[in-house]
Amino acid sequence: MAFCWSGSFEDSNQAEQAICMKAYLNRRYRFSASHRLHSGQMSDAENRSTYGKCNNPHGHGHNYVLEVTFSGQVDENGMVCNLADLDDCVHRHVVTRFDLENLNMQEAFASSVPTTENLCTVIYDILKREFRLAHLEKVRLEETMMNSFEYRGS
Amino acid sequence: MERLLYLTRKAEFAASHYYHNPDLSPEENQRLFGKCNNPNGHGHNYVLEVTVKGEIDPRSGFVVDLKQLKEIMNREVLDAMDHRFLNKEVPEFSTRIPTTENLAITIWQRLRPKLSKARLHRVRVYENHDLFVDFYGEE
Repeated sequence: MAFCWSGSFEDSNQAEQAICMKAYLNRRYRFSASHRLHSGQMSDAENRSTYGKCNNPHGHGHNYVLEVTFSGQVDENGMVCNLADLDDCVHRHVVTRFDLENLNMQEAFASSVPTTENLCTVIYDILKREFRLAHLEKVRLEETMMNSFEYRGS
Repeated sequence: MERLLYLTRKAEFAASHYYHNPDLSPEENQRLFGKCNNPNGHGHNYVLEVTVKGEIDPRSGFVVDLKQLKEIMNREVLDAMDHRFLNKEVPEFSTRIPTTENLAITIWQRLRPKLSKARLHRVRVYENHDLFVDFYGEE
């Protein structure tokens, strides 16, 4: 329902115009996971030259920062969506799923390399499917302080 | 060809607020807003980012006079909101719930008419490092 600034506030007789406003809500979450970048479609030598240190057979880990952006009309409660609902969804479907896990062992990466690019698209698809209370604009994933990836859907 | 540049200025302010919708019952308010419904309020250190866009003035080399932008932000936002209880001391929030979304919209509406040469592009308000809202004036 579109947001209209009206209702039973103390001085609502100062009738404000009913205007719908679109805002973008950004929320950050954290999880830590390990991975190894290795493609079954390349030789060992190619894997080493493509992925360098990230091809180390025992893997390594990152503290990922996930930033999600949802847009929508600001409703009568002043919200794009209820943050508690969003937190609940992201924790349940993303953070719990990946935190303190080895990404290579996840079903989502059974046939793809768990690069942060691919992880970004996997998380985008999960949130697009699971959270319907606002429009998913983008998923941004920080692998380290120095690099991050963004996916806005196809 | 127009060469647009974007300039962002940050400011910080500390304020308190609480969430309450008078159209809802006390139980509904509690369920919807949780701890934020406490009428005594709670506070945040907000970080405001104001982004303006415009072409470079060939004489000054500026997109906008930063001093003027700072003065406008001080007058319209910080003087009105810093160390205030938003629900009680900022007139807009007698008719709007002071969520981060509404704060971004309100700050946009305060700044927009005061800016002439450089156009307001985005108002971003951080309630904390992990929660922030962007408003581009879209309806």
